Amino acid sequence: MFGNLFKKKRYIFEDESTMVVDLDQSAGRYYEETMSKLEIESYQGDEMVVNMGPQHPSTHGVLRLELVLDGEVVKKVTPHIGYLHRNFEKHAESISYNEVVPYCDRIDYLASMNQDLAYVLAVEKLIGLNELPEKVEYARVITCELNRIASHLVAVGTFGLDVGAFTPFLWAFRDREKILDLLEWLSGARMLYNYIWVGGLARDLPEGWLQKVREFLDYFEPKMVEFNKLLTTNHIFIERTAEIGVMTPEVAVSYGCTGPVLRGSGVKWDLRKDEPFSYYDKFDFDVPVGEGKFGPVGSVLDRYLVRIDEMAESVKIIRQALDGIEPFTAQDVQAAIPKRLRPAAGAEAYVRSETPRGELGFLIRSDGSDVPFRVKSRSPCFSNICMIDDISRGGMIADLVLIIGSLDIVLGCIDR
Amino acid sequence: MTPEQIHQKLQDKFGDAILEFGAEALDPFIKIEASHVLEICTFLKNDSGLSFTSLMCLSGMDYGEDANLGVIYNLHSMEKKHKITLTVELPRTEARVHSVESVWRTADWHEREAFDLFGIHFEGHPDLRRILCVEDWEGYPLRKDYVVQEFYHGMRVPYKEDWEDYETLAKNPERGHFVFQFESKVPDLVESMKNGKSAKNKSEDKSNG
Repeated sequence: MFGNLFKKKRYIFEDESTMVVDLDQSAGRYYEETMSKLEIESYQGDEMVVNMGPQHPSTHGVLRLELVLDGEVVKKVTPHIGYLHRNFEKHAESISYNEVVPYCDRIDYLASMNQDLAYVLAVEKLIGLNELPEKVEYARVITCELNRIASHLVAVGTFGLDVGAFTPFLWAFRDREKILDLLEWLSGARMLYNYIWVGGLARDLPEGWLQKVREFLDYFEPKMVEFNKLLTTNHIFIERTAEIGVMTPEVAVSYGCTGPVLRGSGVKWDLRKDEPFSYYDKFDFDVPVGEGKFGPVGSVLDRYLVRIDEMAESVKIIRQALDGIEPFTAQDVQAAIPKRLRPAAGAEAYVRSETPRGELGFLIRSDGSDVPFRVKSRSPCFSNICMIDDISRGGMIADLVLIIGSLDIVLGCIDR
Repeated sequence: MTPEQIHQKLQDKFGDAILEFGAEALDPFIKIEASHVLEICTFLKNDSGLSFTSLMCLSGMDYGEDANLGVIYNLHSMEKKHKITLTVELPRTEARVHSVESVWRTADWHEREAFDLFGIHFEGHPDLRRILCVEDWEGYPLRKDYVVQEFYHGMRVPYKEDWEDYETLAKNPERGHFVFQFESKVPDLVESMKNGKSAKNKSEDKSNG
């Protein structure tokens, strides 16, 4: 319906040159055969370099993109990262295994529970701690999935903001605040929880908390329908996002993209399903993938839709976990916490788990002391942002803003 | 395929380039000769039986102040659903290994990170620059023998709570601009800190007395 409004059409060729061609408005078709007659390459010789960021609202943090622009067409994107670099890995080499957990919170501060879980799983593998109380496992799943919803709400809300829709952002943050309230009640902090510990949890679940989670889910499900009416099914929104930032599955796999970015390209890969950790193998849920309903598969819209669908799946998982935890509510959540935490010398393990942004892996090596010898975190955003040049080349600068939004990066996660 | 089968396959193909096989480890690993990294990785990705299409993680490693550096490749195959870890050890003074960026594109930034934090040089990498630290940072922070530089562009780098040290620093002709700016205030600050501390101690003494 908006086809005729756009009078120009971009062509991107194999040698990466770009051509801008006028649409024949009266005939409603492109001048493909007679391309040379048109104002081809009208922008050539006009290239300029523009710095986008590090202080720029749509880079979602302190990310600097060095753009080579040809008019409004993006020729090259060079990301510069490191503005938030704290070298968490060096810190981790001087503090004990348990003390690393709060630092993990700060890797991706929008999904701290998931970060904690990833690290804790790695340490538990290192010390061979496989059997945990059922209550601990269920509580971990519930908190992580709540945090996943909160994180996705930020992602879709700010993505709406990137498109120019302000209201969905406020609606998303209103619901996210309710989740943060729940998690604050649990751990005492709004965002940086330090709640999941090696072998257990920092505190027991407060009385009545599980009931409040149930109430929240009952509240949240209709709100999602409302949100979809407001933004997801909006015709202008779909037209704007369905055909830009297309990433093929091959590119996604080769660049190590994970999470909704990979699934948006149509690859059905979710560690919760394919390599179940914690209790995820006990639950029945789907893995949403990009289907390209309104354009090519792997577009900006597909990545957005995957996040929307994942929130519904998370609600499903939480409901099952709430039923599952019922018989075990009397258990002690700190029963399995090891008194001394000293993995064997030379033990090394790489463990990954699914966070809202993709696979977070921890490679931990022990030298037999109570301090880790080396902790390496393979953060999902680090791999998700490095292919930005590939998918934004040849597009408009306004599309680049949407592409960054659809990758849902957190700079704390990239720079660590 | 099990790690044993993968190891056997590599052993048959590359022979002496395969140095060690850790079947007992938590993550079974194969230690390989550094000079053969590129061919082995290309084989691992392209062989139809192995098809390691994804590089989960590439990490630098420092095995100790007097020991070697290393690179660890955690590989995974989405089709075959098997995993293997490759390790390479490199001499500390001449840490050079061939880049695998041409095999897995994701290695691009991971290798830059290993170069940045460990000083491992990846030959054939298209754009080997520092990625997390600034371009003109000195030293490689994650090496075990790393000593942080005293000043960076006139800014003092190591954080110290010791105010006495600031006093001596202010008298130093080669001081940084941070100290220079606060030069006039530093002695006062030192005094106030000292007084504050002593006053506190006194009050505690009184309360105890």
